[in-house]
Amino acid sequence: MDKMPKWADIVLIPLISLLLAAFFSALVILAIGENPIEALKLMIDGALMRSAGWGYTLYYATNFLFTGLAVSVAFHARLFNIGGEGQAMIGGLGVALVCLYIPWPHWSLAILGASVGAACFGALWALIPAYFQAKRGSHIVITTIMFNFIAAALLNYVLVELLRPVGAMDPASAKFPAATHLPSFQDMFSTAETPMFRGAPANVTFFLAMAACVLVWVLIWRTRLGYEIRAFGQSETGAKYAGISPVKITVVAMLISGALAGMMSVNTTMGETERLILNSTEGAGFIGIAVALMGRNHPFGVFLAAILFGFLYQGGAELALWTSIPRELIVVIQALVILFTGALDNMVREPVEKIFIAMRRRNT
Amino acid sequence: MTAPAIELKGISKAFGPVQANKDISISVQPGTIHGIIGENGAGKSTLMSILYGFYKADAGEIFIKGQKTLIPDSQAAIKAGIGMVFQHFKLVETFTVLENIILGAEDGAMLTTSLGKARKELKHLAEEYGLNVDPDAVIENLSVGHQQRVEILKALYRKAEILILDEPTGVLTPDEADQLFRILDRLREEGKTIVLITHKLREIMDTTDTVSVMRRGEMTATVKTANTSPEELAELMVGRKVLLRVDKVAANPQETVLNIRDLRVVDEKGVERVKGIDLHVRAGEILGIAGVAGNGQTELLEVLGGFAHGTGVIEVNGAEIPLTGHGADGQARRAAGISHVPEDRQREGLIMEFSAWENTVFGYHRDPAIQNGPVMDNAGIQAEAQEKMDRFDVRPPNPKLAAKNFSGGNQQKIVLAREIERNPDLLLIGQPTRGVDIGAIEFIHQQIVKLRDQGKAILLVSVELEEIMSLSDRVAVMFDGHIMGERDPAQTNERELGLLMAGITDTSAVADAGDGAAEEALNDG
Repeated sequence: MDKMPKWADIVLIPLISLLLAAFFSALVILAIGENPIEALKLMIDGALMRSAGWGYTLYYATNFLFTGLAVSVAFHARLFNIGGEGQAMIGGLGVALVCLYIPWPHWSLAILGASVGAACFGALWALIPAYFQAKRGSHIVITTIMFNFIAAALLNYVLVELLRPVGAMDPASAKFPAATHLPSFQDMFSTAETPMFRGAPANVTFFLAMAACVLVWVLIWRTRLGYEIRAFGQSETGAKYAGISPVKITVVAMLISGALAGMMSVNTTMGETERLILNSTEGAGFIGIAVALMGRNHPFGVFLAAILFGFLYQGGAELALWTSIPRELIVVIQALVILFTGALDNMVREPVEKIFIAMRRRNT
Repeated sequence: MTAPAIELKGISKAFGPVQANKDISISVQPGTIHGIIGENGAGKSTLMSILYGFYKADAGEIFIKGQKTLIPDSQAAIKAGIGMVFQHFKLVETFTVLENIILGAEDGAMLTTSLGKARKELKHLAEEYGLNVDPDAVIENLSVGHQQRVEILKALYRKAEILILDEPTGVLTPDEADQLFRILDRLREEGKTIVLITHKLREIMDTTDTVSVMRRGEMTATVKTANTSPEELAELMVGRKVLLRVDKVAANPQETVLNIRDLRVVDEKGVERVKGIDLHVRAGEILGIAGVAGNGQTELLEVLGGFAHGTGVIEVNGAEIPLTGHGADGQARRAAGISHVPEDRQREGLIMEFSAWENTVFGYHRDPAIQNGPVMDNAGIQAEAQEKMDRFDVRPPNPKLAAKNFSGGNQQKIVLAREIERNPDLLLIGQPTRGVDIGAIEFIHQQIVKLRDQGKAILLVSVELEEIMSLSDRVAVMFDGHIMGERDPAQTNERELGLLMAGITDTSAVADAGDGAAEEALNDG
């Protein structure tokens, strides 16, 4: 018998964790002499009450969806891919090359091309650590961390030495051609009378991320490859017994993971900045770890968690703008959410399980 | 009348919804060997863990030598004079015997004084109980039987008056087990009280004074061993009449299905575990491989199953199968008609987090028949899983339950259902009834014999000698990577096989004079 019903696992536990995180965040805000209720109001108002706020929230959520899915897929194979940041950076390079050097007639074709470019480059960046893990047993956590640094340095070099237009001062590529500009939510949903999502960076990539969610779900829970990935993740000895090659699954799972992380750059580099800049990932690769943890590595959970973190990012920016709560404190609040939903999961889980068991015993 | 050494009154313990111990009362007289027998999951280990302070009972009282005693942790248990020898030894492998013995009982910051004291004490204990172990030997260099002695010495060094042994013979050769029981006899003579937890009826009958039977968390009976029989105990354990012997007709072997020549296997550490063995198995017969765990049987199965590499020649149905590189994996083996019930169902045969239905195709999940375009035909697999579970009497018959939620016996039935129903030419089966309750053992044995009678070749590996003797049509004994000899189970006995298992090939002394057949078999070999 499972210890508690599925809904409690998926909804109740994250909810309680979230409330705990909110409680401690409130204490922190109180401690610096601000009003936590006001702060929450401001966050909700800025991130959810106006379409422009949503435009930012969903833009961030798109990034977190891709990186969260990336971490989840790898995690189903018990591979802790914390190289999403680097894979996304290199994915951005792929986007830039595709957009700059291929003449695209229309954005709809360009986004497909850029997705392929981003996925291939991201996957390539994940392939090297995956190969070392599979063949030589080098721990993937260590190698993917190091590859984040290598990716940052490589991107710096490429931008400064190769992609920077002649005469430009900042380390960034040239602007992408207009045909590759993606329609933003503002373009898509505004009418002449009612402008929507004004100035917000959310763009059509959000739907690409939603599609990725569905595809990942099919992959993990419906296909043979997903079955093998999950089996390998649960028991390597079991996988060997079944004739599932650990080398193959390690490499394939990391390729998919890297590709997903890389595709985040379609949203940032192609959808928002429309040129490749340094640090366009802004730590989204790492947030993806928290998103996957909170979403229990299930695409639907990842979706909800990505929206939540999008809200925290946008709401946090609003706080920094309108109150004396410093930007650093926003990071503290985000960290508290990660701490409670991810790291301290068992602290909430065990008491809740006990309650359910006690309830069941009383009923029987 | 003296107070009982141990008296438990009304002990209850629940783990979540599972009631592991229900109102258990038991009284153990000092200077006796008291057996506790029961199926896996009957609550034996839980009860002893409560006595040793690992768990806290929800209700009930513990009396030691007539005194009510609280045992919140193992320190308190040791103080009360209780010592425990676990199934899996708790020794530091790289420490010497002496260092292990004082571990946790060092007096003072400097080790030399306690080491010296322990050395003297150890010598004394060795003389008193016949527990001879070199105090300066490093644990990892000792045989399993000697490691177990160190565990017993550890308990005695801590002045244990009551010794609890949890499944002590699981890892021993028959000879080592005999030595252990001689030591236990000696301890009893010296007035120690011994509680022996086991699921082996024979050990209970041979060594204990009284025996308590547990079933589903309850103590169903406590009887004088002299007044009972194995049949009665089995019935008390399971709750119904059990067939202790396997019912089967003589084998009718046909053509050779599996032929192994000069097989060698080197493990990951570079140690040669299988050292050039020759074997064959014919259609319609069961070849049993006897041996103490760790003598190369595991590696033999792994190479045959395709998840370890080896050198030599293995032919299945006359065709050589690759032992390294491509084609030497589980998928290729299944395609060649080999099914495999692995030794460790929890780590190999099943994915514990997967539901039962997902496990019913594990290893065969690439079969085109269960694909539906690009995805797996989950609905079809579930329907078929339900039928398989019904046919193999898996309880509860719910394919959506995760494998980890089934009992050991039912997990094994899921694996068996999967492997047998693929209709293999050759079935490899390792430890078919390890951790499986008696009721399920009967069923599993019947299935294996049924498959043999259908004309399949079966290679059986088991450390349970009784199982090997009753199931096999031929028995080969493995020791240190070699086949020590082959015997006809009808014409040999446990003592002879026991010697072979210990690496002694000269078995003429024990090939029972009254049993001329055994000698004949020997001469043939």
